[in-house]
Amino acid sequence: MPSFPEAAKSATGDSQLRHNLRKATHTIRAKRDGAVGELDDWSQLRAAGAAIKDRTLRHLDTYLERLEDAVTAAGGRVHWAADAAEANDIVTGLVRATGESDVVKVKSMATQEIELNEALAQAGITAYETDLAELIVQLSDDLPSHILVPAIHRNRAEIREIFRDQMAAWGVPAPERLSDDPRALAEAARVHLRERFMRTKVAVSGANFAVADSGTMVVLESEGNGRMCLTLPQTLISVVGIEKIVPSWSDLEVFLQLLPRSSTGERMNPYTSTWTGVTPGDGPQEFHLVLLDNGRSDVLADTVGRQALRCIRCSACLNICPVYERTGGHAYGSVYPGPIGAILTPQLQGTASEPEASLPYASSLCGACYEVCPVAIDIPEVLVHLREEVAGGSGHTAEKAAMGAAGWVFGGERRLGAAQRAASAARSLVPRRMPGPASAWTDTRDIPDIPEESFRSWWRREGAAEEAPEPGRAPGDGDEQEGGRR
Amino acid sequence: MSGSRERILGRVRAALADVPPGEAPEDVLVPRDYSSAHDRGETIALLVDRLEDYKALVHRTPAGESAEVVARALAGRGVRRVAAPDDAPEDWFAECDTDVARAGGLDPAGLDGVDGVVTGCAAAIAETGTIVLDAGFAQGRRALTLIPDYHLCVVRADQIVTGVPQALPRLDPGRPLTWISGPSATSDIELDRVEGVHGPRTLEVVIVE
Repeated sequence: MPSFPEAAKSATGDSQLRHNLRKATHTIRAKRDGAVGELDDWSQLRAAGAAIKDRTLRHLDTYLERLEDAVTAAGGRVHWAADAAEANDIVTGLVRATGESDVVKVKSMATQEIELNEALAQAGITAYETDLAELIVQLSDDLPSHILVPAIHRNRAEIREIFRDQMAAWGVPAPERLSDDPRALAEAARVHLRERFMRTKVAVSGANFAVADSGTMVVLESEGNGRMCLTLPQTLISVVGIEKIVPSWSDLEVFLQLLPRSSTGERMNPYTSTWTGVTPGDGPQEFHLVLLDNGRSDVLADTVGRQALRCIRCSACLNICPVYERTGGHAYGSVYPGPIGAILTPQLQGTASEPEASLPYASSLCGACYEVCPVAIDIPEVLVHLREEVAGGSGHTAEKAAMGAAGWVFGGERRLGAAQRAASAARSLVPRRMPGPASAWTDTRDIPDIPEESFRSWWRREGAAEEAPEPGRAPGDGDEQEGGRR
Repeated sequence: MSGSRERILGRVRAALADVPPGEAPEDVLVPRDYSSAHDRGETIALLVDRLEDYKALVHRTPAGESAEVVARALAGRGVRRVAAPDDAPEDWFAECDTDVARAGGLDPAGLDGVDGVVTGCAAAIAETGTIVLDAGFAQGRRALTLIPDYHLCVVRADQIVTGVPQALPRLDPGRPLTWISGPSATSDIELDRVEGVHGPRTLEVVIVE
């Protein structure tokens, strides 16, 4: 996996990708603004959401045990998985015990994180993704690139080709003359999957929330593939990160307002399913909850980084981020892309290797991600915190020296003028890349051009002569030639 | 397995070393000054507006005329055979000449063979245009409202609340719930909204006042 700067370099050169991303992120942003703007108590809901999650995280041991008791009392079975390998072993064992070799899946980031599909395949079990975007990703042997719309990087023509070429190998083939109309493509997916839903006896899901007091699982979705997976099979296995807990049933009143509006920009998503253990005669008669740690307890241990576990995976931070908008999700090299991925992935996986170590730098620190976060995760704060960690924790010697020198130069007008004149004189000699340790800076940034003349000297020459600018005309406005006058 | 349980709980407790030992969950205050509902006009009118925004078809009817509305809706859709929960009131179907299949005996393949389904609901939320089913009276099990392509839902006025926070106390988390806000939909292809993927393509609602 390449580091973020390498991956970003090629992604930003792909003008089609940038066009698709720009259109998509701006569309979702506008819709979200409308849905959020409709609630005059959004900031109160946001504060409540953050506080509920903090309460849960600060007492996670209590809530984990409470959840386990409630699920067990409702006829479910709870399994604990310390890491990805253990979670995969548990799920594989549970599927094997049913004697089945196919499972249907409703979109789950936790199972992507642990690479469950690959682990099941090794055990001879085929996992079928049933979310339309996940289906597109699976059929094209691709990776998701967005939390909410995983196939955002594909356009309709590509999707049509993928369906025509690949559907037959996975089940019901695409219709003979498939057009690239989204309606026709969705219909092809419906037909392709319906038969699969009807006969598959085991399903794997994640959960958006798990209610500790009642043992209730909650899944929000749009297409109905979730409902199909959660109700038609005999056995349901849910792999849920330990941070997905909320304390009580009534807490959902906050999150069922925050999540749909912040995520898809809808007042409510088309379908939300909740279930508690098993219900005789209705839905799966066997329910397994796999509680997944896989690095989450490490994140919890970091008092600054802990807030990342509040995340409810709405993807608002991706859609607002100027970096994501230009690079797309694949550049992050992780299941969790965008700003939240840039803080969650290095914390879950550590910063020892290059891709993870580069992620805290995949940001301009503009702060927009914090502004839109429905549970107020201060992503910039965590990014800076992680940069410190990556850089060794004790501050940056070269940077400190440079800042000291800059302070001396800025400290005196004469010194500053001299430095600026020297810089202008040397402007043709400035390299595109800096040598030595400073190359870490220029590897990912272009050195700005040094102007022929400093602003201070320009002002001395022009501004002093003409005390007030011409009304209605600001300096730099219009079509002046460089350094010229009308 | 129990080894991992203890290991995870141990890690979590170690990770929370900064939390004072005397702190109880309730000591982490949750500000609850958000609204239980937002003032957006008369509740039923709001529900109608929100449902229509999701492209659901909505009818308002006095109690005495609901059978007529149901009959007209089913006829308008060309529904010849409709599924209904075993305990759905007879009088819903008093005016229609549609064949009503009581759903208790239908398996998923059987449900795939009907033209639509008629159910009641547990609650409806006006602000978000949401209908909540809890598999209780006149609703049947979950598969019933999922497999047929057309869902006609009868909502009593007293089941309608304004905001999401008003709905949760009315609902029992012990029952399997399905919250429905408009027909099944996807925006996965170039963000173009397409109605009807795996769930019903058409949602029609009769509000009985």
